[in-house]
Amino acid sequence: MTTVSSAEHTRRDFLYIATGAVGAVGAAAALLPLVAQMNPDASTIAAGAPVEIDLAPVADGQIIKVFWRSKPIFIFHRSAKEIEEARKVDVASLPDPEPDSARVQPGHDQWLVVIGICTHLGCIPIAHQGEYDGWFCPCHGSQYDTAGRIRKGPAPKNLPLPPYQFVSDTKIRIG
Amino acid sequence: MSGHSSYQPQSKVLQWLEKRLPIGGLIHSSFVAYPTPRNLNYWWTFGGILSFMLGVQIITGIVLSMHYTPHVDFAFKSVETIMRDVNFGWLLRYLHANGAAMFFLAVYIHMFRGMYYGSYKEPREVLWILGVIIYLLMMATGFMGYVLVWGQMSFWAATVITNLFSAIPGVGEPIVSWLWGGYAVGNPTLNRFYSLHYLLPFVIAGVVILHVWALHVSGQNNPAGIEPKSDQDTVPFTPYATVKDGFFMACFCILFAWFVFYIPNFLGHADNYIPANPAVTPTHIVPEWYYLPFYAILRAIPDKLIGVLALGGSIVILAFLPWLDTSPVKSARYRPIYRQFFWLFVIVCVALGWLGTKPPEGIYVILSRIFTIYYFAFFLIILPLLGIFEKTKPLPNSISESVLGAKA
Repeated sequence: MTTVSSAEHTRRDFLYIATGAVGAVGAAAALLPLVAQMNPDASTIAAGAPVEIDLAPVADGQIIKVFWRSKPIFIFHRSAKEIEEARKVDVASLPDPEPDSARVQPGHDQWLVVIGICTHLGCIPIAHQGEYDGWFCPCHGSQYDTAGRIRKGPAPKNLPLPPYQFVSDTKIRIG
Repeated sequence: MSGHSSYQPQSKVLQWLEKRLPIGGLIHSSFVAYPTPRNLNYWWTFGGILSFMLGVQIITGIVLSMHYTPHVDFAFKSVETIMRDVNFGWLLRYLHANGAAMFFLAVYIHMFRGMYYGSYKEPREVLWILGVIIYLLMMATGFMGYVLVWGQMSFWAATVITNLFSAIPGVGEPIVSWLWGGYAVGNPTLNRFYSLHYLLPFVIAGVVILHVWALHVSGQNNPAGIEPKSDQDTVPFTPYATVKDGFFMACFCILFAWFVFYIPNFLGHADNYIPANPAVTPTHIVPEWYYLPFYAILRAIPDKLIGVLALGGSIVILAFLPWLDTSPVKSARYRPIYRQFFWLFVIVCVALGWLGTKPPEGIYVILSRIFTIYYFAFFLIILPLLGIFEKTKPLPNSISESVLGAKA
């Protein structure tokens, strides 16, 4: 690839650069579908639509497990004692400080809705176990309280909340 | 591939690598400095196009296999899921299906080029035979890929083709049930076809490497059919052949894109959008267009075993071409009689393809038989005799002379 002199730009230089640029755009355009096809497809996205859960059958003190977007969701109908335990805790002493009021919706303090995946390495904690009347994760010993907050063990964060709202007093829509 | 390379890497990093794994030098000597006859025409771009299409098929195939389910209850639905739900799934599927058609179009042009210019003659016999092996592997791969869709045509094509082996006396039936993995085409068949369909393209890639290696030992043939005699007869592969191939590849891709985006189902068969039904055979089973000439030959012969032998023989006979053609002159440019038989052969192949779409009755059978006779006569009678009796035109003294005239 010779040029006449380094100062002059020839037509050949222009052609090489133009061809290279078009080729680069073409390569990017060709790559796009190959990468995009691995993203969740339309049927998977459709299956992740919001779910409505009827809360009427959930007794006082009972925890049920439902699935939304392939994730387990714990729905805890907390008794008055369990709500009081969660409120009594000194927030500043928590590994991931969060008051109980931030973890429930106003007017529905008895309903705790959290994603049931341990924030350590992803196991599903077991309900009604551990020292804090919440959950115990058998994989590495993390313990969560009645507000789903991490109290002891290697997990760094509290059990996260999914997006949800109350359709009525006895029905929630998750997602 | 032997001798001192002219590759002198500039950067220290490349020099370091070159001492340990001389891949830079290999690429340089094979695709940059490689002496290419200066008179190559566009028929010579199809080798590069084929390598490109193999890459396209492998990449789209691997990506499609992330979404396909090789089970009789789910296969058809998974293909429809790809078409409807997967991001760009419709594009990937149409690229792969039409890509197979373009792959075969390119390979037929590539083979006809070889036959016209005598590219199979000494010293390129092994190169040609490797090509025949690649072609056979392509046919197997394409057949199995079509079965994976598990439509009506998929299922019945699988049944018909696997049943061909029952023509073998004695061991035929056990071989067929061995192929099926059962008493009929079913889930075991689909599963193993999926495995082999994924495997064979990589086997093809390996044989292609041997094919290109063999090519680089002898060098390219050229339209004049005479070997390069001096440096004047050749040009470095890059930039001349690289740019020429790149241009024509772009034109080829325009044709490819025309099918994919405007008429993606034109080459397919509507019956393959019906899920496979083992109880009902479609009224007209036809293979994809690239198998039609051989299908016509198979059906032209009334005896089952001889029909199967003719089908196999019509492909295997290609491997013997270097020895069947006795003429010392390579290029049809200088063989006026051979040229006419060659074009007749091309017309016969296309006609057999057309006849493959017709029901095996009446005039279609008669024509199929006539053309089948010509097909085999071309290889077994015409070519050997032409070498002895044809009066060829005088050859030019060198490639440069054929391009530039006597003043070269």
